[in-house]
Amino acid sequence: MTAFLALVGLSARLSFGGRSGGALVGLVFFLAVVVVVPFAVGPDMNLLSRIGPAVLWIGALLASLLVLDRLFGDDRSDGALDLLRLSDLPLELVALAKGLGAWLATGLPLAVAAPFLGLLLGLSPNTVLSTTATLVVGTPALTMIGTIGAALMAALGRGGVMIAVLVLPFTIPVLIFGVSAAAAPAMAPAPFLAPFLILIALTLASLVIAPIAAAAALRAGLD
Amino acid sequence: MTKKAFNKIADGLTEAIAIARGEAKPAHLSVPSDNPPPLKRRGIVPTTPSMSLVDLANPTRFLGFSQRLLPFTWAVALGLLAVGLYMAFFTAPADYQQGDTVRIMFIHVPSAWLSMGCYGLMAIASLGTLVWRHPLADVTAKSAAPLGAAFTFLTLVTGSLWGKPMWGTWWVWDARLTSELVLLLMYLGLIALWQAMDDQGRAARVAAVLTLVGTINLPIIKFSVDWWNTLHQPASVLRLDGPTIDISMLIPLFVMAGAFTLMFAALLMMSMRNEILRRRVRTMELTAAGLGA
Repeated sequence: MTAFLALVGLSARLSFGGRSGGALVGLVFFLAVVVVVPFAVGPDMNLLSRIGPAVLWIGALLASLLVLDRLFGDDRSDGALDLLRLSDLPLELVALAKGLGAWLATGLPLAVAAPFLGLLLGLSPNTVLSTTATLVVGTPALTMIGTIGAALMAALGRGGVMIAVLVLPFTIPVLIFGVSAAAAPAMAPAPFLAPFLILIALTLASLVIAPIAAAAALRAGLD
Repeated sequence: MTKKAFNKIADGLTEAIAIARGEAKPAHLSVPSDNPPPLKRRGIVPTTPSMSLVDLANPTRFLGFSQRLLPFTWAVALGLLAVGLYMAFFTAPADYQQGDTVRIMFIHVPSAWLSMGCYGLMAIASLGTLVWRHPLADVTAKSAAPLGAAFTFLTLVTGSLWGKPMWGTWWVWDARLTSELVLLLMYLGLIALWQAMDDQGRAARVAAVLTLVGTINLPIIKFSVDWWNTLHQPASVLRLDGPTIDISMLIPLFVMAGAFTLMFAALLMMSMRNEILRRRVRTMELTAAGLGA
């Protein structure tokens, strides 16, 4: 357990700081995506407040892909991954710890920043609340699914845009239920609780499945 | 490719297998002999005539077996296709609501079945790669991916052509259409993954993990029309209380499905043969490079 928590902390610190900016770059990217949208669709506040939850979710999705390239890649190139593999901690728990650490450093800040960006998009207080809540419970699923892609690419010694191509189709269910729960207050009769609970279920399932798949990929690539 | 060149390649592979098994030293460490012993004496090709799935695991046996099977598969597939197309265009009646556009179904539905069946096959092959390290499993998975992508594309295109007169639109963001589109994206991602790799053995295991993760999408596609109320019609052939399509349309549909499946099998065998030969050429080139250095 100590080793697990230490690894979570290490992963969070590496993702937060790191050579190429880490969490701060993720936040700035998130801001940039949200700022670009009004230029594309026009500064119509009614329209923006209607599509706002979706814009925030897409921004969070893209921003959470940024960190994946280095999640296992750096560890592989400096040999840390081999040490982790030789340690007593099962590779599944290593993957879980890396994913959780990355989420603490990048996913959680995105959710915290969402209310402020929601103001730019003219969201109502209820929608801000629902969007932030869905991002808090939904971004772990995004990061964990991304962990699979990161492990695949690290196992192959590749990276870059391939991770996004492989990971994005798998994030669609999370996106569907995340956005439908987040946008529920804006679309008056739409239910909030049902998609929100499914979103939680997706996150919990990804916390179990993703580490197993990521560990299998790492094993396949390392031997 | 000339027979001589092929034999040379086959010998290269045999040598590589022997080296991997520890039965022989790499050629550049020992004195290269001008007359390598024939395949049979080295015990690589079993001399017993019995055939089973286990024997087919040997790529050389698979090459011989598939070569004999391919003409028959093609003949039956093309025959069924001719019969099926004739029935689809002439004997099957037009639908009382949809008119003649219902004939798109005879292409659309078999393609859709195969787009999912192919992914199922790839998932089984991936299990074969990860669990049993079956030597042909990753060849199957790699060769099936472009075929599956093609059938998925065909499904989407014919569905779109069918949707325009029936629903009045080329595309709707409906559950089944969307999940089929996601299936296409997954096929393309897997193809990209295979293309990006030099080390085929490692790529095979990594792609197998991704394939198995993607299997989650299959039941979503199958049951999407039952779980969500969508524009796409609900299941009408494979359902518990029997099909709701009239027998005069069901027979051509099954003939076409049989033709498509056999065509898929023939194309898959051809693609697998190419992949095996491609790998042998690669091994051969590596051996030659090792000798030249």
